[in-house]
Amino acid sequence: MRIGILALQGAFEKHAEMARSLGHETILVRRKDDFESIDGLVLPGGESTVQLKLIVRFELEWSLMRFAVAGHPILATCAGLILAARTVTQPEQRSLGFVDVRVARNAWGRQIDSFEAMSDEGHPLVFIRAPRILEVGEKVDVLGRFRGEPVLIRQGNVTCATFHPELTNDPYVYRLAFRKSQANAVAQPKNDTHAPHA
Amino acid sequence: MKKATSTTKLGLAEMLKGGVIMDVVNAEQAKIAEDAGACAVMALERVPAQIRAEGGVARASDPAMIVSIQKAVSIPVMAKCRIGHFAEARILEALGVDFIDESEVLTVADDEFHIEKASFKVPFVCGCRDLGEALRRIAEGASLLRTKGEAGTGDVVEAVKHLRKLRTQIRRVSVMEVDELVAEGKNLGAPFELLLKVKETGKLPVPNFAAGGIATPADAALCMALGAEALFVGSGIFLSDDAPKRARAIVTAATYWQDADKLAEVSTALGQPMKSVQAASLLTHERFAERGR
Repeated sequence: MRIGILALQGAFEKHAEMARSLGHETILVRRKDDFESIDGLVLPGGESTVQLKLIVRFELEWSLMRFAVAGHPILATCAGLILAARTVTQPEQRSLGFVDVRVARNAWGRQIDSFEAMSDEGHPLVFIRAPRILEVGEKVDVLGRFRGEPVLIRQGNVTCATFHPELTNDPYVYRLAFRKSQANAVAQPKNDTHAPHA
Repeated sequence: MKKATSTTKLGLAEMLKGGVIMDVVNAEQAKIAEDAGACAVMALERVPAQIRAEGGVARASDPAMIVSIQKAVSIPVMAKCRIGHFAEARILEALGVDFIDESEVLTVADDEFHIEKASFKVPFVCGCRDLGEALRRIAEGASLLRTKGEAGTGDVVEAVKHLRKLRTQIRRVSVMEVDELVAEGKNLGAPFELLLKVKETGKLPVPNFAAGGIATPADAALCMALGAEALFVGSGIFLSDDAPKRARAIVTAATYWQDADKLAEVSTALGQPMKSVQAASLLTHERFAERGR
C-alpha cells in the first residue's frame, strides 16, 4: 500500500520507517493534493494542539474528513488518537470525531511518568505523555488493553492507539490497521466538523 | 512498568520533530507560544539576548516561574541548567520539567565536566558544534542534540556552520573503514562505539535540532533544509515587533520549509525582527558557543 504520514509535526519519521520496513510505500502528507495519491494514512504522535492548529490553518480538515469517510484505513497514535476522538478533555479541545471515544490528554502525567510496559495480550507498549481512553462507544472494538483499560481500539476503518507502536519493534498494530480487506466500514464524523473550519 | 528508559526519553524527542520550541520568560508568553503552535516551551528568566546585554552570572530559573508556566500550558515545558550543574538539574527534575537543557547560554558551572545525564529520569538536550562534541554528550546520556548557534544574536551563521559541519563529518565517517574509526575517534574526541553506530546508520543516534540565532521564517527553513529536525527559537520571537505573528510564521516555516510559496506568504509584513548583532563581531569571551567542550 501507499501510506501517507501526516507530517505537520511529530513522530512522522519513525512511522515512515516502520511502514517502509513492512513493505509499504510512504509519503509525508502536508498538502491537500497529497491525499489524492495515498491508500492509507497515519496520524502520528506529537503535540495534538499543534497538529490541530496546523490542520485548521492550512485547511486540511476537509481532506482528512473525506479520506476517513471514504473508508480508507487510518492509524492514529497518541496525539493522532486525540485528533481522531469524538471528545477530548484535559483541557477540552476540538477534534475530528472519527471514533466514538472520550480521551483525556497527558493522563499519565508528565514526561518523567512516561513508561514502557507489556499489554494484557503480551505486546510491547511505549507511552509518552500519553492520553487515556475514558469511554468507548458501542461501535468501538477494543483490540488491546493495559491493566484492563483500552489502549488499542478500532471503529470501522480507523485504528487508534494511546501508545507508540512506531517506537517498538512489533508491527502488529500496523498489520491490524492496514489490512487489505478493511475498506468496508466507514467512520462517522461528528456533524459539527463536516464543514471545513475557517 | 519501566519509566525513564532510553526509549521513553528518545521518544519525546521524536514527538517534537518538525516543531518549534520557544523561549519564554513568563506564563503570558508561554500562552502566546502555545497559541502560535509551539510544540514545547523553554522556561527561563531572561532570553539569551537579555543575558548577553546584561551580563553577570546566569543561573537556572526560579522554580516559581517554571511552575507558573507548567500551569499555564499543556505542551511540554523545558528548562535550562548550567553546564555541569547537576544540583540545578536535580531541582528541575523534581519540578517535573519535561526536558532539561544543559545550556551554554547560562554561565558555566563546571569548566571541565558536563552532567552525567543517564541517571536522570528527565531527558536532556545539549548543544554541539561538531560530531565529536555531539557524541560526547550522547555518551553522557543526552537524548537530544541541538546546534549551539550563537544564541541571542539574531545571526544564524553559527547554527548553519554547526549543521553543515555535522553533516560533513557524518558523511566522512560513513565511508571510513572500521579500522580507521579508532583514529578518527581520537581526532574527534568521540567514543568508538558511538562512532561505529554513526558509520552503520549514517546518522546520529539521537535527533538533532537547530538553535541559536534563528530570527525569521527563512532562517527556520534554512536550518531545516540543512538537516535540523526541529527548531529552538529564543530571543528571535519575543524581542521582535509582533511576537504572536512571528511565532506563527516560524511554526509554519518549520513544517513547510520546502514550500517557497508558503514561506513567502508567512514572511510578509512581520514587522521588525529582533535587534541583531553579527556573530563575527563578538569577542571570544562573548561567545556562548565557546562554553563547554
